[in-house]
Amino acid sequence: MPPEVLQAERTAPGDGNGAVGRALAHDSARGHVQGTARFIDDVPEPAALVHVAPGYANHAARGRITALDLDAVRAAPGVAAVLTAADIPGKNDCSPVFGDDPILADGFIAFHGQVVFAVVALSRDEARRASRLARITVDEEEPRVSVEAGLASGETVVPDYQFLRGEPGADMKQAPHTGSGSLHVGGQEHFYLEGQVALALPGEGGAMHVLSSTQHPSEIQHLVAAMLGKPDSDVVCECRRMGGAFGGKESQAAQWACLAALAASVTGSAAKLRLDRDDDMIMTGKRHDFRVDYSYGCDDTGRLVAVDGALNARCGYSADLSMAVCDRAMFHADNAYFYPSARILSRRVKTDTVSNTAFRGFGGPQGMMLAERMMDDIACRLGLDPLDVRKRNLYGRGRDITPYGMKVGDNILPRLVRELETTSDYRERRRGIAAFNGSNRFLKKGMSLTPVKFGIAFTLKHLNQAGALVHVYTDGSVLVNHGGTEMGQGLHTKVAQVVAEEFGIGFEHVKITATKTDMVPNTTPTAASSGSDLNGMAAKRAAATIKDRMAALAGRLYQVPKAEVRFADSTVTVGGQDIPFAELAKTCFLERVSLSSTGYFATPKITWDRASASGRPFLYFAYGAACSEVTIDTLTGEMRVDRVDLLHDVGNSLNPAIDIGQIEGGFAQGMGWLTTEELVFDAKGRLTTHAPSTYKIPVASDVPEDFRVALWKSKGNREPTIYRSKAVGEPPLMLAISVFSAISNAIASLNPGRVPALDAPATPETIARAIRSMQDA
Amino acid sequence: MTRSSVRFLHRGEVVSLTDVGANETLLDYLRLRRHAYGTKEGCAEGDCGACTVALGTLQDGGLEYAPVNACICLLGMIDGKELVAVEDLAGANGALHPVQDAVLRHHGSQCGFCTPGIVMSLFTLYHAGGRADRQAVNDTLAGNLCRCTGYRPIVDAALEACDGTPRDAFAAHRANTTERLAALNDGEDIFIGDEEAGFLAAPATVDALARLYVRHPDATLVAGATDVGLWITKQLRALPKIILLGRVAGLAEMRETEQGFYFGAGVTHAQAEPAMAAIDPDLVELLRRFGGKQVRAVGTIGGNIANGSPIGDSMPALIALGTTLHLRRGQATRSMPLEDFFIDYGKQDRAAGEFVTGIDVPRLESDHVFRCYKISKRFDQDISAVLGAFRFTVETGRITHARVAFGGMAATPKRAAATESALRDLPLDDPQGWEAICKALAMDFQPIDDMRAGARYRLETAQALLRKALHEAGGTASTETRLVGLRPEDTERAA
Repeated sequence: MPPEVLQAERTAPGDGNGAVGRALAHDSARGHVQGTARFIDDVPEPAALVHVAPGYANHAARGRITALDLDAVRAAPGVAAVLTAADIPGKNDCSPVFGDDPILADGFIAFHGQVVFAVVALSRDEARRASRLARITVDEEEPRVSVEAGLASGETVVPDYQFLRGEPGADMKQAPHTGSGSLHVGGQEHFYLEGQVALALPGEGGAMHVLSSTQHPSEIQHLVAAMLGKPDSDVVCECRRMGGAFGGKESQAAQWACLAALAASVTGSAAKLRLDRDDDMIMTGKRHDFRVDYSYGCDDTGRLVAVDGALNARCGYSADLSMAVCDRAMFHADNAYFYPSARILSRRVKTDTVSNTAFRGFGGPQGMMLAERMMDDIACRLGLDPLDVRKRNLYGRGRDITPYGMKVGDNILPRLVRELETTSDYRERRRGIAAFNGSNRFLKKGMSLTPVKFGIAFTLKHLNQAGALVHVYTDGSVLVNHGGTEMGQGLHTKVAQVVAEEFGIGFEHVKITATKTDMVPNTTPTAASSGSDLNGMAAKRAAATIKDRMAALAGRLYQVPKAEVRFADSTVTVGGQDIPFAELAKTCFLERVSLSSTGYFATPKITWDRASASGRPFLYFAYGAACSEVTIDTLTGEMRVDRVDLLHDVGNSLNPAIDIGQIEGGFAQGMGWLTTEELVFDAKGRLTTHAPSTYKIPVASDVPEDFRVALWKSKGNREPTIYRSKAVGEPPLMLAISVFSAISNAIASLNPGRVPALDAPATPETIARAIRSMQDA
Repeated sequence: MTRSSVRFLHRGEVVSLTDVGANETLLDYLRLRRHAYGTKEGCAEGDCGACTVALGTLQDGGLEYAPVNACICLLGMIDGKELVAVEDLAGANGALHPVQDAVLRHHGSQCGFCTPGIVMSLFTLYHAGGRADRQAVNDTLAGNLCRCTGYRPIVDAALEACDGTPRDAFAAHRANTTERLAALNDGEDIFIGDEEAGFLAAPATVDALARLYVRHPDATLVAGATDVGLWITKQLRALPKIILLGRVAGLAEMRETEQGFYFGAGVTHAQAEPAMAAIDPDLVELLRRFGGKQVRAVGTIGGNIANGSPIGDSMPALIALGTTLHLRRGQATRSMPLEDFFIDYGKQDRAAGEFVTGIDVPRLESDHVFRCYKISKRFDQDISAVLGAFRFTVETGRITHARVAFGGMAATPKRAAATESALRDLPLDDPQGWEAICKALAMDFQPIDDMRAGARYRLETAQALLRKALHEAGGTASTETRLVGLRPEDTERAA
């Protein structure tokens, strides 16, 4: 969409000056294009700065450390200190929940790349060079690398968990048709362009100020404090912006912040740790790869009778966020479809690999792969159009209870899918594709239209809260701070729009500041797509409190009820008088009215009881659908995406430009996950794709020229969210499943009736293997 | 005469540095020495483009701007060039450059970390002449990774801003810049450092290079540094003696010969493109997918050969074409068929102090059919899993002679001897008869599993590529056999 159209479009008029709903540019866009928006490594360095580099055993993936010889490291040029677990004064843990992630390995290596020591040196180059001089002797054990190896050993990081409705085993036997299958769904490296980085600045009296590229400053604060053996109040964590995060800096930014803080504490100097890209890819967790097993029974029309699914997740050596990730995979194993009888089993498999972590969608995408593979499986076996099968299985009236007992109350998918079917010209193109495939020997086309239903709220209830702090200064300028972090998603822009809207002032009068734990305390991670839902609401409440005080004063001065005081266009209208907003702010100060307030929000209505697997884990669902067309080369397995149509529901958009950016970017990222991005571990548990030379995220030419993106014409979120908008961070990623399904559809044309054994990612090699599976037998 | 400084043009001033580390990168110079933090480090291996800067150089007397990955570009390599980093684009009173303005208005930045690099790549496209089309934009951006936007708004911004009529300060100063760059080109050898302890040298002539290298056969020759750069940034190797080849005038020569084309070893992949196009369009597509623009702007033909990588993407094509390699040591020169240069993994037929001077690539005869295919996980800016190149001599529907070479199938780029002899006398109208020949490839190659592909896929794909080449040689249009890189004669016919 050209920007002029976007700027003219206002989808969610508020009652103020109209900051909300406008396609305003990202608040840092000017700094981005000029290179002046500062990331942590761009902050001018303090005079006495030391640099930290992590060291690990390059040869070993698992085993007891029998000798740790760091003499050569200590003797290397520029080295100021070498840190090991023994140097940690407090708790040696950087885990988010379970206490099982040592900051520095203590006697045992649990995966290849686990940090054993850290070098502190006068330059980053010297620290890195020294870090390679250690001699680490390990009593090596055979690592469990694959999900199968983990399953075979039977060890999990958290216990199995399941949803059960009816008796799927028995119900399936009654069904006219049954099918079963299994697929591997690969993991994904975040590849945030800015790698992990932290800068720790020691303050007076043992205080520590940590700049961290993190989605969760409060957790960094807690972990750094616990590591140093200090109260939380001694530590401040600050993050102005991240150069991308995508979940990779939710829990896994902590280790680097802890090491920087430890180095600062030990040396008394400011300390910076910026990971090298290869180290970053080796040492930090990724999206969980899954083996998805399924069996189903359905009727003659392809409508499901029963489903039995197992989601086997490779979690790595520790729990990290795997419990919640795997829970969310289960919550999305139905995607948009009604399973009358169902068992969804989740295994959280322990392997001797890096601990997998949050990644945009948080298990949801992997869960949805079960549902969408099953739809394609049914269509192939029964010779039906896959879209017809999908439509028949969508949630609908009387078929609206999820396997976890939540009613799908706001379901717009039947209408949304129908609209996309029309606007994408699905039926006509389906005929064209059949004709193309009939007349082409080597090239085959496929197409798929897949829906997305994504639950919005943290499934861990206490995380659904946020705080904000708003100041109005006597010149009328406004400063806003909140608990959410900016990782490129435009959260700060949206929150500033909300505050501007509330005060009826221009967006440019609202100053956005770095997220800091001493400004807004006890925050939750910016994750689960919840950033603007939670923080937007908290900021609105903070602003509303101040506005109410200002209105009360104006009403008193002009002797009108405060309800009649209006704030719009930077002007306060009261009793027929127009007062500039700034003037009223000044008057408030003179009349001793506070111009500062906090705001707090906790998501209502959610009630999830994990023990009984019942309740309402989500406040609402975000919906979307995608139609993708691809061509494959059956000789080589190569694939091109020819056309993509996306239709996505954001409720009333707070900022359509930002929302479209999230939709397109999420789609491209999901497409990479399912096509070119392949994580390869060797038998010794070493990641061999630890750099962009071998790990391939999409480039410009992978995104089709024919890329049509539209926002669903919504009447607004049914739930009273901030300006009735909907969360948009994660859901669009799963629109990319349409690409994977389209590839499967193209392969299916080679041998009608047979289900392609296509794993993800669908690299040329994987596609070629699936093609072969169609020809064999 | 010898100069002991590196000189370049920056912000209208000549910068002259005498304290240039042999292994110092341009990115470290900008960020650590100049505290210019706009240029970012994303990967430090020349694959993400976050550190892209533009270098202005004189090509045949005209000023051209090329994108370069500052992270693996040695500081010494920018001698005689104009350096343009993102901070240098600001106009009067901080006004945005047209490219920056377009990226902003199209919402082309989200996290903003890749943005300066993207802006710099688009800056070079802005100055490339002619209105940019989507293909040009995609090619320009192939070396710039963005993880947030999905590229659509960036492509739209580029299509709008790069309209072929540059109106920025750089366009206004073009004549002056050209003059000053010409003045910097003094033809002197550069030598900074010490013959014993280590040095950074940039000889200006082939003779000076030959003398220096014989004296210091332990020195590292650096052309584009697209691989040597990683020895420094990733392997942390200390390379005390560096000889830069970029200023050696005689190595940059490129000319048409009686048999075909001569390419000096220092000819970059970007410079080679027009001559390669004159040989066969498949070579253009191969070059288009060779790294990103940043890599092709500095990476040289000679570097790709001398480095001896088993996946050096231009090798199979050059071998299939019958390329002759020229080497020199001191005053002695010798030549050999290119395939003979590669002895084993990491081992080439190159003596101490000997260097590649150039190659002769014969043009195709009228009875030749040439085909070349690259298979990689991602189409653009990826290294091949398998690369196959074929030159068939065809007489009356029958192959009389074949040259077949593959990359990614062995420890070196290698000819398929058994396959070549099996192809002799093969009729092109009988696909059934081809299967036995495809099997011959298994005698030529026993590929391995690695992160790019498995052994089975490699072998089966090599066979598939041979089949594809035979179909195309037999007259099947590439529109029926290919997803990308369609041959112009086929698209013209289709149109």
